[in-house]
Amino acid sequence: MRILVGCKRVIDYAVKIRVRPDKKGVVTEGVKHSMNPFDEIAVEEAVRLKEKKIAKEIIVASIGAAQSQETIRTALAMGGDRGVHVEVSAAEAETLQPIHVSKILAELAKKEKVDLVFLGKQAIDDDSNQTAQMTAALLDWPQAMFASKVEQKDDKLEVVREIDGGLETIRVNMPCVISADLRLNEPRYATLPNIMKAKKKKMDKLKPSDLGVDVTPRIEVISVEDPPVREAGATVADVDELVSKLKEKGF
Amino acid sequence: MFAFRNASRQISCGLPILAGRRWQSSLGSATFTELPETHQMLKDTCRQFAEAELWPIAGEIDKTQAFPTKQVKAMGDLGLMGIDVPEELGGSGLDALAYAVAMEEISRGCASCGVIMSAHNSLYIGPLKYFGNSAQHEKYIAPFVDGSKIGCFCLSEPGNGSDAGAASTTAKDEGDSWLLNGTKAWITNAHQAEGIIVFATTDKSKKHKGISAFVIPAPTPGLSLGKKEEKLGIRASSTSNVILEDCSIPKDHLLGEAGMGFKIAMQTLDCGRIGIAAQAQGIAQNAFDTAIDYSAKRQSFGASISKLQMIQQKIADMALRLEQSRLLLYKAAALKDEGKSFTKAAAMAKLSCSETATFVAHQSIQVLGGMGYVSDMSVERNYRDARITEIYEGTSEIQRLVIAGNVLKEYGF
Repeated sequence: MRILVGCKRVIDYAVKIRVRPDKKGVVTEGVKHSMNPFDEIAVEEAVRLKEKKIAKEIIVASIGAAQSQETIRTALAMGGDRGVHVEVSAAEAETLQPIHVSKILAELAKKEKVDLVFLGKQAIDDDSNQTAQMTAALLDWPQAMFASKVEQKDDKLEVVREIDGGLETIRVNMPCVISADLRLNEPRYATLPNIMKAKKKKMDKLKPSDLGVDVTPRIEVISVEDPPVREAGATVADVDELVSKLKEKGF
Repeated sequence: MFAFRNASRQISCGLPILAGRRWQSSLGSATFTELPETHQMLKDTCRQFAEAELWPIAGEIDKTQAFPTKQVKAMGDLGLMGIDVPEELGGSGLDALAYAVAMEEISRGCASCGVIMSAHNSLYIGPLKYFGNSAQHEKYIAPFVDGSKIGCFCLSEPGNGSDAGAASTTAKDEGDSWLLNGTKAWITNAHQAEGIIVFATTDKSKKHKGISAFVIPAPTPGLSLGKKEEKLGIRASSTSNVILEDCSIPKDHLLGEAGMGFKIAMQTLDCGRIGIAAQAQGIAQNAFDTAIDYSAKRQSFGASISKLQMIQQKIADMALRLEQSRLLLYKAAALKDEGKSFTKAAAMAKLSCSETATFVAHQSIQVLGGMGYVSDMSVERNYRDARITEIYEGTSEIQRLVIAGNVLKEYGF
């Protein structure tokens, strides 16, 4: 089995996000970035499939500006075999939408003849939760979204999905697209020797046009706003006062 | 490991050439603006590890003085317990800059884990790597790189610390064995060590040139441990006497040649100072991070205290000293990686980082006020942990002697 894993470079989860003065986005300059945590889970699962001898090769892909190579290198240090960087300019990276990323991933999946595309369920920056589903649709492959367990059963994959109100177990034919949910696994730390070895692993560089994908934006960002600041509450003495206050506010 | 250097008898050292090649890597060197990509990745990994695995236990093991066995094993799995050991021996094969970067992050999480890692890498593996033969490498390095076994370094004695040349522990040549007698003091990792480097006089008449180094497996008959010392800081690492009473060891336990001990010790401490400087830097950084976060959140006089000039002055002074110290630390590591003499730079880095740790931890407590003094917050522990970095592997006073001695030599005096 060959696996294509997508990994997006996002603002680190611990960073306090600030809106840009022009209100067209958030401040990314000089801000710590890391691999999207859900993608990290997808990489980890792919590496585990390889350790179980189910997978033979793990190809790690990232679509973004030059710095995305750092993210690929991190995935390679965790156990990926080789990387593909689909480079776009810094300006294009800002307007890149899930539809563009899905098209690129679908083309890569065909080009690399993979049996499985493993993605994070969503990126923590734009929270779109669209790429995995659209990639499956574009390829016309089965999809298993929000996976919390993945096992090989004969020539199929059995996937436990996290759905509203419980778990759903499905079997999918390969090739297919799986998206990783939070509880699928706990990603490992890349060991120091593996970080060194990652530098020597192969990384191909492509442009979206090499794959026949047009990344012209289809959506224009009009305005990005800070969430409203939470106002101070008030303490009520008893239930009666609470009820009267609620009535006063019209609830 | 509270071992000290006698500045007046200093031996300047570059890296020795062993078997025709330098222990040197080509990972890229530091620049003034940023770390090479590999080192940056390594720093991020160590930081993630330290925040997830060490922060939660650091306060508890400081109270209980419990050795962090599980965490040390996890550090070994990451490749931190044989960080500059060649890959042929199972190590990570990294350089001094990587060591400094990793040590800072680990110590930012837990200074006790930092000193355990430092004593093991710098003081135990270091002399074995540079002066041991291949049989000693196989027996005393290869099984010690994955965190399951650790080592220690015995130089100081109850009667001599800074004056390491005055060792009173003796090793008597008994034909086919050595007979060791004496007591070593303040030995880090003593209670867990399964490999021990011991310095002893083989020829009293030659003074410091009559000192030799030995490697001893533990336990060994005739080798016993004193009680664990109660300490101000780094309380989860064990510190005790190592007592040698008619301890007979085979001839092949000698490290290098007879009489090389003082040179081995001095060179080992030069390398060790980079480790301790980085440990101090990590302690300082943790205190600083806590102080910044607190100052931005703590409201007083109707605003965050970070808006007050008194607090801003502290922030500026702390940030300045942290930056200065880190540059010196990276420079010392880069010089070592380039195979150049780094004695003065390592002393400067150790002096600057350790005094910065004391200063920053002190000022951070001021920023936190009462919250800084109670042990709910980590700055109180940082303050206690910082103190030792000005003492072991050469006190601040000894570092100044080393620096001044080197400067005068550079000017031809």
